[in-house]
Amino acid sequence: MNAQSLSFNYVKQLAFKREAYIYYIFLFVMLFFAVVLHDTAFLTVSNFMNIVKQTAPLTIMAVGLTFALAVGHIDLSIGSTVALSALVGALLLQHTGIPLAVLGALTIGLIIGLINGLLIERLQVSSLLITLGTMGVVTGIARQLTNLESVPIINQDFTFIFGAGNLLGIPVLLIWTIAIGAIAYIVLNKLAKGRHILAVGGNPSAARAMGLQVTKIRIYALLTSSVAASLAGLLYAGRLHGARYTLGEADLLTVIAAVAIGGTSLFGGRACIIGAILGSWLMGMINNGLILSGFSTNEQMIARGVILIIAVAIGVKELRNG
Amino acid sequence: MVRTALDQPALELQSIKKSFGGVHALKNVTFKINKGEVVGLLGDNGAGKSTLVKCISGIHAPDEGEVKVNGEAVTITSPEEARAVGIETVFQDLAMIPEFNIVQNLFLNREIKHKNPILRWLGWLDTKAMMKRAKKSLNRLNTRIPSYDEQIHNLSGGQRQAIAIARAVNWGADIVIMDEPTAALGVEQSAQVNELIKVISSQGVAVLLISHNMQHVKETCDRAVVLYQGHSVADVAVADVTKEDLVALITGATTAAA
Repeated sequence: MNAQSLSFNYVKQLAFKREAYIYYIFLFVMLFFAVVLHDTAFLTVSNFMNIVKQTAPLTIMAVGLTFALAVGHIDLSIGSTVALSALVGALLLQHTGIPLAVLGALTIGLIIGLINGLLIERLQVSSLLITLGTMGVVTGIARQLTNLESVPIINQDFTFIFGAGNLLGIPVLLIWTIAIGAIAYIVLNKLAKGRHILAVGGNPSAARAMGLQVTKIRIYALLTSSVAASLAGLLYAGRLHGARYTLGEADLLTVIAAVAIGGTSLFGGRACIIGAILGSWLMGMINNGLILSGFSTNEQMIARGVILIIAVAIGVKELRNG
Repeated sequence: MVRTALDQPALELQSIKKSFGGVHALKNVTFKINKGEVVGLLGDNGAGKSTLVKCISGIHAPDEGEVKVNGEAVTITSPEEARAVGIETVFQDLAMIPEFNIVQNLFLNREIKHKNPILRWLGWLDTKAMMKRAKKSLNRLNTRIPSYDEQIHNLSGGQRQAIAIARAVNWGADIVIMDEPTAALGVEQSAQVNELIKVISSQGVAVLLISHNMQHVKETCDRAVVLYQGHSVADVAVADVTKEDLVALITGATTAAA
């Protein structure tokens, strides 16, 4: 009797958890497209594998952005960081090996994150404005770097590791997604560091009163977001066999929508990694479904915007209630 | 009910002075609190109560004067240093994370890590151990909590206050400073908090209670220290004075008593 009510409570908790609506939305959208597109290949394992592979960079960006949002910041520079990191990685690959190229690309993210963090914390200016500024600067640098030329990658090992490869029959892009997602999940949910990150986002003055180094934690969170964007840039470069200044350009809105709809608060203090991953897959699935239904790129953009508004509306409503 | 029999000073303040620019917020404050004693800190707005609290809890450093904890002179220049010598402050806003549950708030920045050395190095949390400790410390304070998984923002003001006090004691404080703990509470919840203050003082903790409520001071405190324009003008046993006497001291109508 007792055990029964206990397990019932558990199910009830799971079903009515604040983050839970992402599961319902995910299932609803999947069913919707499955019905509408019943005469296409939408509802097949290989199509879903394709969605996961195509969205891998988005997923990594979403996971990174979750950290920035968790401390109460936003990072608009992630899209431009993707492009610059991919270009730097691709250029370095023409002269050196994979380790240095990867290191170089990730260093770009590290530098951008550090600049973002230091400017926001030192000047005490909203992260929205600072990262809007760095987004412009980084986009400009990425365009200038190769005069809008794309940089091809012929290194087979690189495209294997960061794109087309399979390990024991599992696509490496899926492995990247799971690995990064698992690490982020553990950090945010199981480690003291994650507790501190959420505390800073939830109530900064309380976090400070409890002796947490609020500024340092916020800078770390912004670093995480930028470095994740750099890794996303490498994944794009690996899959597309080259880098181009347009990479990541249109991703910002999609990533914010994915994270927001996944249950992470846009105002700090609440973060859900599984939601961010599912949210990015949801966005990928919607894209995929819209393409299979014959919608144009422009119409897809409209759909993404509408979804973002819905996600934010849910978030704001929750904020008022909670 | 005067519990000064122990007569072991936990906190001693000697001629504390603090000014901001040309404003002398504290001109000369001297008093002490013994172990297990509850001392009320009274004074009108602007008398220097909050400045004094900030000087003791490490948010401000006093310009002059001596602070002794358990008989030893200490310099407190940050909240961490105050905490290190055993002084905990229960702030008026309680310094809680609304999205966190009770256990998470109790152990914020004092988390119990996993026993496995590798996981411990990573900072892996031992949630079971924290839950156990939380239950133990709240039970010791006779605080009844509906569910330890409950998020803080779902609790009543009195329950939050109890958890803030439990956190201070849980962190091994010898001296707990409370800023208007019952200001926002109803009658019943105020009574619960008063009860809690008695419980922790009976366990040897020295309590400095800032309050505007004379009834509250009469009920819970052993002694009362009155600040008037930056001076400590009176240090009286609460049992010896009436509420009216205290009000007269606070407003400066009488300057010395008892």
